[in-house]
Amino acid sequence: MSDRLMPDWTLGAQAIVYQYCAACGGVQYFRRSFCSLCGAPDPVERCASGEGSVYATSLVCRAATAETRAHVPYNIVLVDTAEGFRMMAHGDNDLRVGDKVRARYTQFAGRLIPYFGRVDESGA
Amino acid sequence: MSFISGVGLTPYGRHDGCSSLDLMSKAAELAISDAGLKRREIDGVLCGYSTVSPHIMLATVFAEHFGIQPAYAHAVQVGGATGLAMTMLAHHLVEAGVVRHVLVVAGENRLTGQSRDASILALAQVGHPHYEVPLGPTIPAYYGLVASRYMHDYRVSEEDLAEFAVLMRLHASSHPGAQFRESISVADVMASKPVALPLKLLDCCPVSDGGAAFVISREPTSQMRVRVLGCAQAHTHQHVTAAPALNKLGAEIAIARAKQQAGLDIAGVRYAAVYDSFTITLAMLLEELGLAGRGEAASRVRSGYFNRDGAMPLNTHGGLLSYGHCGVGGAMAHLVETHVQMTGRAGNRQVRDASIALLHGDGGVLSSHVSMFLERVR
Repeated sequence: MSDRLMPDWTLGAQAIVYQYCAACGGVQYFRRSFCSLCGAPDPVERCASGEGSVYATSLVCRAATAETRAHVPYNIVLVDTAEGFRMMAHGDNDLRVGDKVRARYTQFAGRLIPYFGRVDESGA
Repeated sequence: MSFISGVGLTPYGRHDGCSSLDLMSKAAELAISDAGLKRREIDGVLCGYSTVSPHIMLATVFAEHFGIQPAYAHAVQVGGATGLAMTMLAHHLVEAGVVRHVLVVAGENRLTGQSRDASILALAQVGHPHYEVPLGPTIPAYYGLVASRYMHDYRVSEEDLAEFAVLMRLHASSHPGAQFRESISVADVMASKPVALPLKLLDCCPVSDGGAAFVISREPTSQMRVRVLGCAQAHTHQHVTAAPALNKLGAEIAIARAKQQAGLDIAGVRYAAVYDSFTITLAMLLEELGLAGRGEAASRVRSGYFNRDGAMPLNTHGGLLSYGHCGVGGAMAHLVETHVQMTGRAGNRQVRDASIALLHGDGGVLSSHVSMFLERVR
């Protein structure tokens, strides 16, 4: 599997990658060499659109390391993506559960991470 | 059958100069003596882990330190659910005839043995190393996520959550071993420092030093006959990102299995000991376990339902939120208090009737669940 890894934010690239199982149609976010739903080998890697909605949020005001403390407060969010998997990222501090969001990328504690901003009703 | 034949608990808070092994030894000594046993009669040892002094063979390190040579010994790791998971295993070990008396023990100098940052950082590593930890979440943030969703789905307010912190503090005020005993109000919780919103400082359990232990025996060793009626587990995920849903947990699955095993209904329960790492944890678990309807646990707190003299006394020692949290020992204090209540030894905290108790523990981010029913046998 390693020679076919699509670069994503965990590898420093501006992308959110997930895996699709051709056997059962399931999707998963955490990379594996098999489908965790049905066990079939070699799920296909796909690039996500970055569209989704907010499932949960928590505004971190007390961080545990010097690098992360420089960023407080920062909003940890769980996003339900358009592709059907859930992921953790950062987002606007005022995001609320259910908000429609779109991903961009930002630097956090020396790394590239996905950051979700609210998509307003006009679709901007 | 299996019986909780003895329990031991140190005060929680600061134990300057005490190592994890020291705290484990103190609690073990208390539990063995409470059971009326001699050290050499202990033939099984189950212990938790220590984040301050990690070791790949903590049970044998402890056994050597304590001076016993058990026929069965190893450590168990299920996060906050470890204490009840060890009790469940000990129950099965003595029932199967593998050993007669299992010492279940944990202790950690988590407050004085490491910095608060180190403690928060160590615990945050339960997150996914590639997909979560680089984002800088903390344990309160994982539970903050859970809280935001649960509050949204069931119209629970921050003031509702604060009620649980106030109740645990009220209960801790009458236990001399509790880390925090000064009374607090909902307003105090609301005004406390933001940690990982919606959770504030007083929504979070403290970091403590302490130790807890019990002895699980095949036969009662005294007139204190507290029997394990049934116990069960459920493990639905490890990482919060991979949780099936944050408004429906493994607790519901674990309690259903335990009820079936015990042949009991919630209506039969007289005392509750429920994991309370954060106010949201306690609120959700009470509702999952059926001790309150969805979104209704806080109003039950306000009505006194969970008070010492209420219909369902809950964590009368003050729970993790106020008695304190020293890692694995944290939730073991819930079982110690339950045993003390069931055997009528709680003094000024004594409840009217603790003949049947329900205990529930959770580990990770509501990942691992253990439910257990105990019965006082006359």
